[in-house]
Amino acid sequence: MAYDPNNPMADRITDIGPPHYEQMFPPVIKNNYGKWLYHEILQPGVLVHVSETGDECYTVRVGSARLISIEHVRELCDIADKHCGGYLRFTTRNNVEFMVDSKAKVKPLLDDLASRGNKFPVGGTGAGVTNIVHTQGWVHCHTPATDASGVVKAVMDELFEYFTSMSLPAQVRIALACCLNMCGAVHASDIAILGIHRKPPMIDHDTITGVCELPLAIAACPLGAIKPAKATLANGDEIKTVSVNAERCMFCGNCYTMCPSMPLADPEGDGIAILVGGKVSNSKSAPKFSKLVIPYLPNHPPRWPEVVQSVKKILVAYAKNANKYERLGEWAERIGWEKFFEACDIPFTIKSIDDYRLAYNTWRTTTQFKFTSHVK
Amino acid sequence: MAKHATPLLDELEKGPWPSFVTDLKRQAEKSPQCWDILGQMELSYKDRITHWKHGGIVGVFGYGGGIVGRYSDSPDKFPGVAHFHTVRLNQPSSKFYRTDMLRKVCDIWEKRGSGMTNFHGSTGDLVLLGTTTDQLEPLFYQMTHELNWDLGGSGSNLRTPSCCLGKARCEYACYDTQAACYGLTMKYQDEIHRPAFPYKFKFKFSGCPNDCVASIARSDLSVIGTWRDDIRIDQAMVKKYMAGEIPAEGNAHGSRNWGKFDIQKEVINLCPTGCMSLDGGALKIDNANCTRCMHCINVMPRALRPGTDTGATILCGAKAPILEGAQFATMIIPFMKIDPENEFEELVELIEKIWDWWMEVGKNRERVGETMQRLGLPTFLEVMELDPLPQHVKEPRSNPYVFWKEEEVEGGWERNVKEFRKRHNM
Ligand code: SF4
Ligand code: SF4
Ligand code: SF4
Ligand code: SF4
Repeated sequence: MAYDPNNPMADRITDIGPPHYEQMFPPVIKNNYGKWLYHEILQPGVLVHVSETGDECYTVRVGSARLISIEHVRELCDIADKHCGGYLRFTTRNNVEFMVDSKAKVKPLLDDLASRGNKFPVGGTGAGVTNIVHTQGWVHCHTPATDASGVVKAVMDELFEYFTSMSLPAQVRIALACCLNMCGAVHASDIAILGIHRKPPMIDHDTITGVCELPLAIAACPLGAIKPAKATLANGDEIKTVSVNAERCMFCGNCYTMCPSMPLADPEGDGIAILVGGKVSNSKSAPKFSKLVIPYLPNHPPRWPEVVQSVKKILVAYAKNANKYERLGEWAERIGWEKFFEACDIPFTIKSIDDYRLAYNTWRTTTQFKFTSHVK
Repeated sequence: MAKHATPLLDELEKGPWPSFVTDLKRQAEKSPQCWDILGQMELSYKDRITHWKHGGIVGVFGYGGGIVGRYSDSPDKFPGVAHFHTVRLNQPSSKFYRTDMLRKVCDIWEKRGSGMTNFHGSTGDLVLLGTTTDQLEPLFYQMTHELNWDLGGSGSNLRTPSCCLGKARCEYACYDTQAACYGLTMKYQDEIHRPAFPYKFKFKFSGCPNDCVASIARSDLSVIGTWRDDIRIDQAMVKKYMAGEIPAEGNAHGSRNWGKFDIQKEVINLCPTGCMSLDGGALKIDNANCTRCMHCINVMPRALRPGTDTGATILCGAKAPILEGAQFATMIIPFMKIDPENEFEELVELIEKIWDWWMEVGKNRERVGETMQRLGLPTFLEVMELDPLPQHVKEPRSNPYVFWKEEEVEGGWERNVKEFRKRHNM
């Protein structure tokens, strides 16, 4: 039976969850579930996994824009139908993986991918830069301080050689979130590109009544910068509203999330901060948060040159100086953050000194430090 | 034919990385709304600010999540995106797809929406980007009836759980991440679809401490595979690595010449606990001092494997910085068997205990990690009926401000100040 708009509740099916994962597995995956012995990267973007049954699974990893059309998805399906028996998968970092069960099938697949222009770059494995985890930005969100897809495209164009090779000391995970909500959870990335606001919210007294629950807006501010207030509208009506103590504002945007009449976004105020040195893996050192090293770069669409160059600069300094296996944050900690700023040629500003909660934990409480050009 | 000129976006058609602009233009030939996506985005590129309004509440009947309302602030210029809601489809565990199913999703979305998607959203959902309110019910009907495929979560509910690739194609997986992710997703359909929590709650399942789904950084309940016996060593393969016959880390460093593999420098000296040594050419691991960080296994996967007594470490309370600052998840249970046979009984019991407590004491829009922080780890452990362990802390507290309880102190707190004064003059 088809959907009946006059009776939408007829035959309703709910709470069935996603399709079971097993029906999505190609035979080589299904047959070797839990039996994998080891893997090797044959060339950037091409992996082989070997099972205790003797089976092999060859995977070709390709980049993707994440924001993709169904025409593109259909093309992915065409490729998977032609080479992979009608199966494919996506990685947590928005790459696409085509899997085949013999080495002979790899080359035809690679040739086919290469014949389709720049749509399917092969890479993103090992000690390189893989795809950038990111968020919606101007294509679909109401709170961004920058775009997502465009910045990612510009950065990946510049770092393309690192996507298609494995020449870095370790993997470098880059992530972008277009506001402090951080849908993309950039806070534990080797390099985090973060959209920030720098102007306090405006208050639209004309619309605040009705669209805002004032107590919620007031409670939303972690710094208590929002207070109840009164205002007189042009028509003489006196209304209950809020006021913002701009001195106290840290531009987190939480108030706007709760109240549409408190917009913060601004072409001059908004921009991008760069945080570095985070990781989630427990390998060698414990997971680390990314640290703020560049407090602000302007929004310069369409290609954000300042952001692209800053990311490149950090990556190149890391590639040159870090030891094999050393993640970016491990390198910075080994040489000391004071040396990091020098090595990357990034000016140290007062904005990198924490004054939020638990800030004291990051202040230096020892006589041990290195002299750098910063100490005059 | 292009409906709007997009000189700024056109710049993003250049370069080696796949261009979402080229892709949008391609889709626009079939889905004219895409011209208005391009148009509105071009305006954002020009104005350097978003043109989307605060979302409204839209959804399908009976669900409080899965759809995010979205409206343009310039509907006159861009009528194709005046209403442009997002649909979150619950992705299959670890994101394998059969093309016939994907094609059906595409067909439905061609008819019912903009034709644009995100593979995938940050939480893991397959995101369908942009449709109108009247399409939501028919879309939901088709997805559930024709594809047996349900929506994911949004709002103050259990968000769509996600997991790493695990046993499907990774030799390190210490438990069945897909089974756990799918099993709990099915068990908690109500919690995913009908918000009843103080704020969002995320589960993420990683098969080993490499944590490929970032569960320790992103999930309120983080399940990370581990083992409690000995790392399996194949000494013959160790020798092959030492002889340079097998590339280190599965050839992850293959594009650069780092010189000959040096097991002392690259493995033993980088072991964070210093628990490895070479003894007459044989690799020794003092397993009692190993913290299962994965480094040696990552570097020599053909010689070293996790043990066979496997399970997971359970951590709780990670979140991004909004509001009190970022938190990693705190280690709560060092080792738990994750067993599909008993329907993850132990894990389920823990989850429900956490929810009961958080729903009772959590404030509006407070993640469980913030509740833990506000009320303290000792309180959390007591409520969870967990014994305090030295593993719960990096180091003991350095202040003496202990909240002693009355029953812990001999004689209790009731005292008579008059009696006291008899012996102690003012
Ligand atoms: S990070 Fe912020 S602006 Fe970007 S998509 Fe998420 S909520 Fe929207
Ligand atoms: S932006 Fe954040 S700090 Fe500033 S007023 Fe709003 S809630 Fe408060
Ligand atoms: S988290 Fe561990 S088990 Fe899961 S895919 Fe990553 S390396 Fe493999
Ligand atoms: S897993 Fe980590 S801690 Fe354990 S032996 Fe290997 S390198 Fe050392």
